[in-house]
Amino acid sequence: MTQAAKPAARPLSPHLQVYRLPLAAWLSITHRITGIGLTIGTLLLTYWVTSAAYGPDAYYDFTAFMGSPIGYFLLFGFSVAMFYHLCNGIRHLFWDVGLNYEIAETKRANVIVLLGTLILTAAAWLLALA
Amino acid sequence: MVEFSLPKNSKPTKGKTFAAPAGAKNVKRFDVYRYDPDTGANPRIDSYDVDMDTCGPMVLDALLKIKDEVDQTLTLRRSCREGICGSCSMNIDGGNTLACLKPIDECKGAVKVYPLPHMPVIKDLVPDLTHVYAQYASIEPWMKNDTPPPSSGERLQSPEEREKLDGLWECILCFCCTTSCPSYWWNGDRYLGPAILLQAARWINDSRDEATGERLDDLEDPFKLYRCHTIMNCTNTCPKGLNPAKAIADIKMKMVERAG
Repeated sequence: MTQAAKPAARPLSPHLQVYRLPLAAWLSITHRITGIGLTIGTLLLTYWVTSAAYGPDAYYDFTAFMGSPIGYFLLFGFSVAMFYHLCNGIRHLFWDVGLNYEIAETKRANVIVLLGTLILTAAAWLLALA
Repeated sequence: MVEFSLPKNSKPTKGKTFAAPAGAKNVKRFDVYRYDPDTGANPRIDSYDVDMDTCGPMVLDALLKIKDEVDQTLTLRRSCREGICGSCSMNIDGGNTLACLKPIDECKGAVKVYPLPHMPVIKDLVPDLTHVYAQYASIEPWMKNDTPPPSSGERLQSPEEREKLDGLWECILCFCCTTSCPSYWWNGDRYLGPAILLQAARWINDSRDEATGERLDDLEDPFKLYRCHTIMNCTNTCPKGLNPAKAIADIKMKMVERAG
């Protein structure tokens, strides 16, 4: 009895390589990325509290670091991530109660989340630097 | 598992180019994914220049014209050519849709035609749907009831009860939504995906079905249902204008409601 040759393993069709993701999908992955960023960024908070507990020298080092360009950059990134995660998190609350699922509503919410992030970040930094 | 790149045997190579017939004035290029299981070679992208003056308006018209006149080996599923059978679902111009409902002139530049994303390919534009069909069977998509039917023979519904099935019964199981979902790409072995969950909602919402609790029990699982993260690709891509994301949310809310 002859056996048919074993067929080659089927290829996997292209996915991310060819799919044009809608804006909503980009905002979804951004939500996850900012979430991870915020978790890591919380280390800054720990640094702040710990340095205060260590005494004036450590606290001075902390303020010097946060006042440096790198410190500002980290803080800015942290604030953007936080306001984005906050705005998009509120959108998730709407989703959780079954609202905002129509395509037009999704598109409107995309804009609101992005505008909200922009306005809140700008407001926070204007207040902080004023 | 999240894997951003394609396995080695799946990376498409550049294929052949077929020129339009001499004298054609209105030419559109179609870049089509080809895979021949007999050679086992990597998939390739063949380019066909099609004379649009002698071609119908939809992408399916062009694919069938190529098959009829240029390259008979081009393989695809199709049947009704009017968006009701769900056979010709594929990835066109970066989005999943039915080739018979997608106007060619909506695509800027070359029309890129791929099989449904992240699926094992049998040949060319034909994906292996065995797994999604098995998932469909797993939700037991039929009417279940223990009580005997009324003596009239029919289990009746009020117009309001019937209305709850609108937006659910119209699904043609083309799997455009399921294969557009990144969550399904990474966890399709255990996550049921939007098409099957919409079908689950169709039976959960049927007033004549008496197995609602059982159906919800079966979906109460970290993977089957809860891998949906409202990415919304399903609703954005459904060629029938249905809303799988909303159907999934409806199931999630029913889970909470019955927990009290």
